[in-house]
Amino acid sequence: MSKRVGIEVSIALADVVGMANTDVVAAYPITPQTHIVEHLAELVADGELDAEYIPVESEHSAMSACMGSAAAGARTFTATAGQGLELMHECLYVASAMRLPIVMAVANRALSAPISVWGDHSDVMACRDTGWIQIFTENGQEVVDIALCAFRIAEDNNVLLPTMVHLDGFHLSHVIEPIMMPEQSQVDAFLPPNKYPFFLDPARPQAMGDFAPPAIYTETKWAQEVNLQKSKETILKAWKEFAEIFGREYKPVESYRCDDAKILLLTMGSYSETAMTAIDAMREKAECENVGLLRLRLWRPFPTDELRKAIENADVLIILDRALSFGSAGGPVGMEIKSALYDVSKKPKIVNFVGGLGGRDITVGNFEELIKKGIDIAENGSENEFEIYGVRE
Amino acid sequence: MENCTIYVPKLITKKENFAPGHRACIGCGEALAVRLAFKAIGQNVIVVNATGCVEIFTSQMPYTSWRVPWIHTLFENTAAVASGIESARKAMVRKGIIEDKNTKIVAIGGDGATIDIGLQALSGAMERGHDFLYICFDNEAYMNTGIQRSSATPFGASTTTSPAGKESIGQFAWKKDMPGIAVAHNIPYVATANPSYPFDLMEKVKKGLEAKGPAYIQILSACPTGWGCAGELSVKIGRLAAKTGVFPLYEVENGKYRITVDFPKLLPITDYTGLQKRFRHLSPEMLEQIQQKVTEKYEEIKEKAEMSGRCGQTGTEE
Repeated sequence: MSKRVGIEVSIALADVVGMANTDVVAAYPITPQTHIVEHLAELVADGELDAEYIPVESEHSAMSACMGSAAAGARTFTATAGQGLELMHECLYVASAMRLPIVMAVANRALSAPISVWGDHSDVMACRDTGWIQIFTENGQEVVDIALCAFRIAEDNNVLLPTMVHLDGFHLSHVIEPIMMPEQSQVDAFLPPNKYPFFLDPARPQAMGDFAPPAIYTETKWAQEVNLQKSKETILKAWKEFAEIFGREYKPVESYRCDDAKILLLTMGSYSETAMTAIDAMREKAECENVGLLRLRLWRPFPTDELRKAIENADVLIILDRALSFGSAGGPVGMEIKSALYDVSKKPKIVNFVGGLGGRDITVGNFEELIKKGIDIAENGSENEFEIYGVRE
Repeated sequence: MENCTIYVPKLITKKENFAPGHRACIGCGEALAVRLAFKAIGQNVIVVNATGCVEIFTSQMPYTSWRVPWIHTLFENTAAVASGIESARKAMVRKGIIEDKNTKIVAIGGDGATIDIGLQALSGAMERGHDFLYICFDNEAYMNTGIQRSSATPFGASTTTSPAGKESIGQFAWKKDMPGIAVAHNIPYVATANPSYPFDLMEKVKKGLEAKGPAYIQILSACPTGWGCAGELSVKIGRLAAKTGVFPLYEVENGKYRITVDFPKLLPITDYTGLQKRFRHLSPEMLEQIQQKVTEKYEEIKEKAEMSGRCGQTGTEE
């Protein structure tokens, strides 16, 4: 049986990448991802993981080496954060378009300038259109579980798409939590060996990455879009089978105390657990008895149907973004959700906050205040499309 | 005489791993160089191609000129992709996932992809010691995008971004010494080649392929379109590049230099520059300055070869 251990989340993540019998890790160090790749280097150095560890000279080369490795048919992992993800940016599009099943952990970090090593979702949001499957995690257990699922999803021959596992920098990457670490036998039962169908092989020459003239480019992009949308079926199947083996269930949109809720807060990532505590407190104090929490776990492909269902009975939806989309009409998540709900006839009033930038804490008390403020804006309106929570103007 | 077999054209395979029917310009020295190189490389290979002329003229969905496995992803990352493939195969062979067939990894790119934008990735891959051969097909400018200067463009050459003009002599810097940079990585094999000397080229490619660890070969590839010369002159111009010392043909095996095709007396550089429009604007004074630098550089390499005690035979190959 698997056992519960007190372990740093980054170390647990690296351990599970090891248990997945990963063949190649190509990584470049960047705070706050370092503990993940350091521990993987240790596992390889100690002979506990039989893999090639490529200590590349940049994140651009990390993702490039991963593309080569995945194209050669190897199980491939990397991790990065913030600027590192941005340096990879152009590679991300190629990895997804060329159907290369790479798994990458992103210890979400704010973007320069000013330089900040602390967490927010600016790095993710800049990469939301890269064609990767993207899944958010809230605690250490989810990081371990979702990372394991990520290999299964990415490498499924109906999917073959690179997959990002998002964990908030420091708030998740550097904390020690009690985590149920899987048994090797459970991992082996859940995760079949990687069988990449198009691996580069002199016995079967093929060209990968030809250029496409206008007559064919649109069709390649259409195929990619269909493929990413369809991957949700496999994601749901993987999570179902994961629950059968491990007893923990994951959904694209998670809800907390939403059955009778008319006011919903929506968060992503590690702040969700703080938000839950705030919601418990507000219900307990009878300040606001009909408040609940939605957590968006699956970011790409975007779970439009699940989201529409989750807000069916809500009057107010308060969305907390952890990134800005400069010069636009809201935070990236807020705008996307507004767009997803535009055609729904009965929809809640939507209030969009941006907060927690560059690692700024949002405490339980802050969440209570943010929810109350959201209710006020829903009732009385606001001059702004969105508000930056807690900013000293 | 140790290399006599390579001087027998009949022994060279008739098999073309690089298929005809591609869309290179007439007289493309690069297409010729790729063809020769892949005769030497054979079929047990995985090719990683940087964005550039070769990538474009050999690929267009759904066609390909490659009869060997080939992958292209981006412009500046070719050596990194190659290092990923090499590592993946190493791990998978060790773990019994694939059979060990001694498959070679060959990365190819133009001078821009190699010496400018991809230098960091190449340096990283060479420093880490991946077992692969990198071939730079050096046509001395960004030809695919329309003849813009690169750091491999020779001093004085007029390009679209270093145009000769009233206030400009054309390219304002001396050609970057990329083979020297490769040598500084202490890799087992570095060489220069030129398709006008096909046997020398193929021999070097074979050596680079067999070297254990990274190997780097820079092949001067005449570009009639970009250099401003008739298509039928590209082989002649290649020969003159060697005979004038503008592009010396040498190899560096484990740090030991050897000039592989040497000439008792170099021809004046004007025999080479005179055939190309890109140098037409140069004054006799400028040409003299280039001549001095070429002689100096050639002597430098010769000295290194002499110090290595491995000065080659006098070149007679035509």
